[in-house]
Amino acid sequence: MFDFCNVFIMLVLIIIMAYPLYFIVIASLSDPYKVINGKVYLWPADFTLDSYINVFRESSIWKGYYNTIRYTFWGTLFNLALTIPAAYILSKKKLAGRKFLSFYFLIPMYFSGGLVPTYLLVNNIGLMNKPYTLIFLGGISIYNLIVTRIFFQTSIPEELYESASMDGASHFRVFFQIAMPLAKPIIAVMALYYAVAHWNSYFNALIYISNDAYQPLQIVLRNILINNQMLLVGMDTSALSADEALAAARRQYMAQGMKYALIFVSSAPLLVAYPFVQKHFVKGVMIGSLKG
Amino acid sequence: MKVIRNDWQLYLLILPAVVYVFIFHYIPMYGVQIAFKDFSTRLGIWNSPWVGFKHFIRFVTYPNFKKIIWNTLSITLYNLMTYPIPIILALLINELNNQRFRKVVQMVSYAPHFVSTVVVCSMLILFTDNNNGLFNHIIRALGGTGSDWLSKPSLFPSLYVWSSVWQSAGWSTIIFLAALAGVSPELYEAAYMDGASRLQIILHVNIPALAPTIITMFIMRVGQIMSLGFEKIYLLQNSLNLDASQVISTYVYEMGVRNGQFSYASAIDLFNTVINILLLLVVNKISQRSAGVGIW
Repeated sequence: MFDFCNVFIMLVLIIIMAYPLYFIVIASLSDPYKVINGKVYLWPADFTLDSYINVFRESSIWKGYYNTIRYTFWGTLFNLALTIPAAYILSKKKLAGRKFLSFYFLIPMYFSGGLVPTYLLVNNIGLMNKPYTLIFLGGISIYNLIVTRIFFQTSIPEELYESASMDGASHFRVFFQIAMPLAKPIIAVMALYYAVAHWNSYFNALIYISNDAYQPLQIVLRNILINNQMLLVGMDTSALSADEALAAARRQYMAQGMKYALIFVSSAPLLVAYPFVQKHFVKGVMIGSLKG
Repeated sequence: MKVIRNDWQLYLLILPAVVYVFIFHYIPMYGVQIAFKDFSTRLGIWNSPWVGFKHFIRFVTYPNFKKIIWNTLSITLYNLMTYPIPIILALLINELNNQRFRKVVQMVSYAPHFVSTVVVCSMLILFTDNNNGLFNHIIRALGGTGSDWLSKPSLFPSLYVWSSVWQSAGWSTIIFLAALAGVSPELYEAAYMDGASRLQIILHVNIPALAPTIITMFIMRVGQIMSLGFEKIYLLQNSLNLDASQVISTYVYEMGVRNGQFSYASAIDLFNTVINILLLLVVNKISQRSAGVGIW
């Protein structure tokens, strides 16, 4: 009885979690007219790829995609270069000044200068509206730093480094040739965490980027999906005859269908890749829950 | 002696992170002083004249002050009430005997975590549209009457909170499932021996095992009670629901970035941060006294 109820609840849960995403897929493959009139619930109606063809015609979407890939790749690399060595050092119990350094990194987690002082800083150091702005902002997440530190503390015995040092290896050598190879699992986890954050973030772009050429995909999405920036532009809608009015109405429908296709196109890379790397994500949360 | 000789290399390895945090976290902290000054870009942070609490007073006496605070608090408190959902889900998932089914449940319920805020908000806007939205189509098909959900201030907190639950409930179960996996099998055996039912085992073995995690996570949540995320609210905001959707973070953005009232916006931000820290300290203290669990 208990098991029966439990499985039933879980099935309801699966439907609630998956249906909105499933609906996006079937809506994007249907005739927009059918979607708008509520004829699509379980299967695509009047299957068509028109919405996707229209999405791929929009140059702003390509541009956004390209920018996001660039920001995600270089941004993640920058994140790792800052996070991994710092976490390794903080994990060393015998390091002089370790207490101070831990404190130094912990304070910004609870107290921040806030939006405006950060905005003024970015402006002052000339990082406003540059092609590399979004690579450098959000360079280190304190939470990720702590998780990585805990990994070093709990998974790699410190004696290993010490014996290497005894054999005359420099600290650089110990880090690059012993610690880094052993830290591959956590590097994978952090790379994924940071990459997802870059892919999905829009806040920094909203505040610090105004040049269209540098906008990431999420901002392009927002402009089209939420601010209803005109799609399928280049068609004059003034002075319409009856036929043209019909065509305009049809364009409205097509724009609506494009939205579903666009949501799918922008989310698919993560949703398709995620089941394969799921265990890494889960591992990150688990490590974070250990007390360092 | 060799060990000490190249210790500078250790500090060199951590230097980039130290410098980065100094620039992007500590310099803005220094900049917080503009909350007490009349900042002008011409004079700079240091030379702008002190004005004391002028900007704080302006915020507290702003006619919409109460509304903004209320909106912020009502949404976060509402959100806090959904806190047990992932715990219940974790307890239920933990009871699933079929490993394959369990994997499917976990994989599906984690998925929304990877959908971006922009996409979640777009989906909400598309689905709740009065004429073409999925939700209204379903309601009409069931015999109800549709409406434009996002233009109603009264529905705004619910839309915000439940879409967040959709996005994060599954993902949040991970930490609780990890804690449940750590319960020693002997405890279960002993309970079975005593003839405990499954519900009793959940109540008397599993929930106590989760207690420290539940409390720690709860303290963290309370510490963020006034810091309502900007990103989602801003995307869902429109001129019709502004009565319920103007919160501290969106007001700071509007004043600071859009209107260039740097000092005023900083003051509001600081006001907010201080309340958050105080709340965190108080709740942490209470929990340390009563349950012996704290975050430090």
